[in-house]
Amino acid sequence: MEGLRELYQEVILDHSKKPRNFREIENARHQAKGHNPLCGDKVTVFITVEDGKIQDLGFQGAGCAISTASASMMTESLKGKTLEDVEVLFGQFHGLVTGKLEAGGGTEGLGKLTVFAGIQEFPIRVKCATLAWHTLRAALDRTDEAVSTE
Amino acid sequence: MSVGRKSSITPPAAAKKPYDVYRLREDFPILKQKVRDKPLVYLDNAASSQKPSKVIDAISRFYSEDYSNIHRGVHELSQRATKGYEDARLKVQSFIKAASEREIIFVRGTTEAINLVAETYGRAQVGAGDEVLVTTMEHHSNIVPWQMLCEEKGAHLRVAPINDRGEVILDELRKLLSPKTKLVALAHVSNALGTINPVREIIRMAHARDIPVLLDAAQAVPHMAVDVQELDVDFYAFSSHKMFGPSGVGVLYGKEALLEAMPPYQGGGDMISSVTFEKTTYNQLPYKFEAGTPNIVDVVGLGAAIDYVEEIGMDAIEVYEQELLEYGTQALSEISGLTIIGQAREKASVLSFALEGSHPHDVGTILDQDGIAVRTGHHCAQPVMDRFGLPATARASLALYNTKEEIDILVEGIHKVIEVFR
Repeated sequence: MEGLRELYQEVILDHSKKPRNFREIENARHQAKGHNPLCGDKVTVFITVEDGKIQDLGFQGAGCAISTASASMMTESLKGKTLEDVEVLFGQFHGLVTGKLEAGGGTEGLGKLTVFAGIQEFPIRVKCATLAWHTLRAALDRTDEAVSTE
Repeated sequence: MSVGRKSSITPPAAAKKPYDVYRLREDFPILKQKVRDKPLVYLDNAASSQKPSKVIDAISRFYSEDYSNIHRGVHELSQRATKGYEDARLKVQSFIKAASEREIIFVRGTTEAINLVAETYGRAQVGAGDEVLVTTMEHHSNIVPWQMLCEEKGAHLRVAPINDRGEVILDELRKLLSPKTKLVALAHVSNALGTINPVREIIRMAHARDIPVLLDAAQAVPHMAVDVQELDVDFYAFSSHKMFGPSGVGVLYGKEALLEAMPPYQGGGDMISSVTFEKTTYNQLPYKFEAGTPNIVDVVGLGAAIDYVEEIGMDAIEVYEQELLEYGTQALSEISGLTIIGQAREKASVLSFALEGSHPHDVGTILDQDGIAVRTGHHCAQPVMDRFGLPATARASLALYNTKEEIDILVEGIHKVIEVFR
């Protein structure tokens, strides 16, 4: 149960049950669809950018607790961030969940997102935690192709 | 009833030892381990089953003592290897009650068996405007080869729908049979739902219109006795690895007359009787469809797996698994918020389920913490998931070595999931 409590922390469960920014942004210039064929998770990310900063972002889709919570917390964390910040945070988040960075060591900017550190004990679930992030980056690149974790 | 007949009764040959699951478990070394300090509870048998020592030892012994290439050398080892390989073919023939060993073709697995039929029989028989009929519950391996064929030929894939219990709607299937239908291809047993299809009736319906039938039997052969002649099925495809044999081997059974008329599958050694640059004459059945050096040793392993299940008795296995299924169905049904997906009246031992408020992937991770291996996802049957409006399910699939105690552990594990997501 120890590892499980690490993985399914209260804040993660809370976001998975009540995802924030769970909405479509109409006419969002940046949007992309992501898909994890392993478990069937699907997410669409909507972003509006002004002056190089994320003005608004939202997501829709269906997925497991980890992917839903990750998408929800990502949208909360990135509002107002510059596109450069987004890249830095993505690198830190990816390092955190894959176990390449320890929480606290080079993850200063992540704030609440460090609750995902527990994922590193569950390598098969890394894709769940990063699906929304990969989709977000695809939306910012404005690629029209759907993102797949495979 | 004459006295004479009564006196002629001898103990039936089928009087095997009573079914002792705990003794059978001893035959599977992998089941003795602990996962995360908990005894392994392996409930992912529909994905792949574990191997008894008999199979593991047969493979090891063959490599240590008899290995060589087959059908080639005059030397002793080649003769032994050839005999081992061909004996396995005879075992398969007897296992599914085929009329001739020429009807048994070794392939890599069910997927390759179906692709073989699509690329040979299909390419020769299916033309523009023709139809291939499948059902909603097919595994992707019994959808995609036909889709590829239809695309190539300008033919159409038709799909017989299923009801809410996960059963093919026979009246709808009947309506879809037409002079354009060149083949009916369906699962004998559904991997995602456990449904045992009424294949005798479907084969009768198709044959009344002279349409051949292919059965994807990957999920059937581990669970029930099969008689392809009694079924009158035209093509029967299955894998070794789901029936306690090694991976990388499968079988395509085809009626001899159909196989004879089919063009070869792959070209190469062993499938020819003579080659010149002007003309090649193909070998006789079954070698016509076995180009190149096959997976010799794993074929021998499949033979050992057949010996193993036949010693227990397929009928005894079926009776035991039905009892387990009934127990599991009852136990899971009592869990509030749990819905069993696939409630066909005729079912094999598969328990696919959805749990309110929890995604199957989370269910799988939490169960794994207790050493319980279930499959989560779409089970390579996305159209089934769409039919039930689900992205995925969790699936516990039972085999001859599973126990009621393991089902109790699964139920406890599911309660733990509910606790986490409450």
